[in-house]
Amino acid sequence: MSTDEAVIRQASKNRVSANHQDWAKKERTVRVLYRRFKNKLAHGVFLLATLVGVAVLAVLITDIVQTGWKWLSADFFNNFASRLPERSGIKAAFWGSLWMLGVTAPLTFILGVATALYMEEYAPKNGFTRFIQLNISNLAGVPSIVFGILGLTLFVRGMALGKSVLAGSLTMTLLILPVVIVAAREAIAGVPNSLRQASYAMGATKWQTIQKVVLPYSMPGILTGTILALSRAVGETAPLIMVGAVTFIAFTPGYVLDPFTVMPIQIYRWISEPQTAFHELAAAGIIVLLAMLLTMNALAVFLRNKFQRRDG
Amino acid sequence: MSEAVMTKQAIEVKNLNLYYGEKQALKEISMDVDENTVTALIGPSGCGKSTFLRTLNRMNDLIPGVRIEGEIQLHGENIYSKNIDVEVLRKRVGMVFQAPNPFPKSIYDNVAYGPRIHGIKSKKVLDEIVEKSLRGAALWDEVKDRLKDRATGLSGGQQQRLCIARALAVEPEIVLMDEPTSALDPISTSKIEELVQELKKKYTIVIVTHNMQQAARISDKTAFFLNGELIEYDDTKTLFSNPKNQKTEDYITGRFG
Repeated sequence: MSTDEAVIRQASKNRVSANHQDWAKKERTVRVLYRRFKNKLAHGVFLLATLVGVAVLAVLITDIVQTGWKWLSADFFNNFASRLPERSGIKAAFWGSLWMLGVTAPLTFILGVATALYMEEYAPKNGFTRFIQLNISNLAGVPSIVFGILGLTLFVRGMALGKSVLAGSLTMTLLILPVVIVAAREAIAGVPNSLRQASYAMGATKWQTIQKVVLPYSMPGILTGTILALSRAVGETAPLIMVGAVTFIAFTPGYVLDPFTVMPIQIYRWISEPQTAFHELAAAGIIVLLAMLLTMNALAVFLRNKFQRRDG
Repeated sequence: MSEAVMTKQAIEVKNLNLYYGEKQALKEISMDVDENTVTALIGPSGCGKSTFLRTLNRMNDLIPGVRIEGEIQLHGENIYSKNIDVEVLRKRVGMVFQAPNPFPKSIYDNVAYGPRIHGIKSKKVLDEIVEKSLRGAALWDEVKDRLKDRATGLSGGQQQRLCIARALAVEPEIVLMDEPTSALDPISTSKIEELVQELKKKYTIVIVTHNMQQAARISDKTAFFLNGELIEYDDTKTLFSNPKNQKTEDYITGRFG
């Protein structure tokens, strides 16, 4: 480095540090304080927003547990609906919900995964396939009551299944199928293509590749999506009111063509009664329903973690 | 009979054209691959060398819109004729990919994958195949005590050798390698290169490489591709020391690509 250059560099360094001092003075201005205030304000606003949700949930749960806890007994699970509060129970609705889950779960899983596999692995990637995909995504957003009307027309009347477990479950299957398909498709699309190629390169057929590579890899995602969709089905009321699951039931279904009722509907019926005791029964019903939903969500988390650890 | 006549051809390619939709990716390729040799395919990115490699086990069939004209004979049998079973072909012509792609299964299950899909169920037979293949890929000593461990926990170089073992497990005649060392460090690379020398005693190897030194080091014959055409194909020594085509010379002396 020549002397000239060194001199020039030193001069420019001095200028920079002089500028820096000016800048540091300006730092302590109202504008900066205002900026800091805004920064803290943003923090506060978001914390408050979070707390609103948590607080409402806490109040809701405390209120329900306080109101309904004393009704939670073996009798509550062993009694059917009754006009006397002390003889009322959730047996029919509880088993009705389980029956519906038992029929809906395999149907949605099989139909949903098969559809997703077809669309991701077999269907040509053309405009028509994209059109179908778009429509399936849109179906996921259709109000549930519309599916109820469809179920009433198609299953209850059209196929003459009556107000049965099967009619209700098929309606619920239609309702949550789009959600399951979308979740399964995303999980399948997430399988790295290099793994499929490796399988094909060893002479595997498409079905072998799907069975041994694609499905094992995407199963956690598929299961999580399916279980979350099913927990939505357990909480649904409107479509089941449409297909006639509101009838007063004093027995548990023993066959898919038996009439049934489900927990949200039972809760709704109790709430509609004038006596306070029935409102407390509704709270007890809500506790059971919440417990069921939480169990299902926990199962989804458990399955995801279990498979991920195995795949990791 | 001279030695040159004795060499058998594993693959004979005649007037091969390949189109991606309207775009022609391979133009009138004709070349023979000798048995038990290492043939390197070199050329700049997008020259068609990988595409050509994938025509040899019909992996291009998986890409929609690919059209192929011409003939590729594997031991005298046209692999694009109608009565060829693609799954059987791919069993005979194995492939190792650019980035190691082991399945998220155990080391054992990775190697046993191929034999299992081809119907081998006996534990004893599978055990033998797994050991033989891992030995063949110079990986056995490193993994023999942890065959049940997940393959994804191995180092990159080990994963790539596992992928080679996995390809060997179905007993192919030809092994295609698509830039098998481009994702590996120099030490792992040299291990794979040694392995390739070992493998050519039993298998015919066709290897795509970006690295001309690698081609010069490990191959017996080299083919230079440019813009979908086979510019020059010769013994590796001749091609690197005395290229006949000006374009080849420009490429290997680093004037482009």
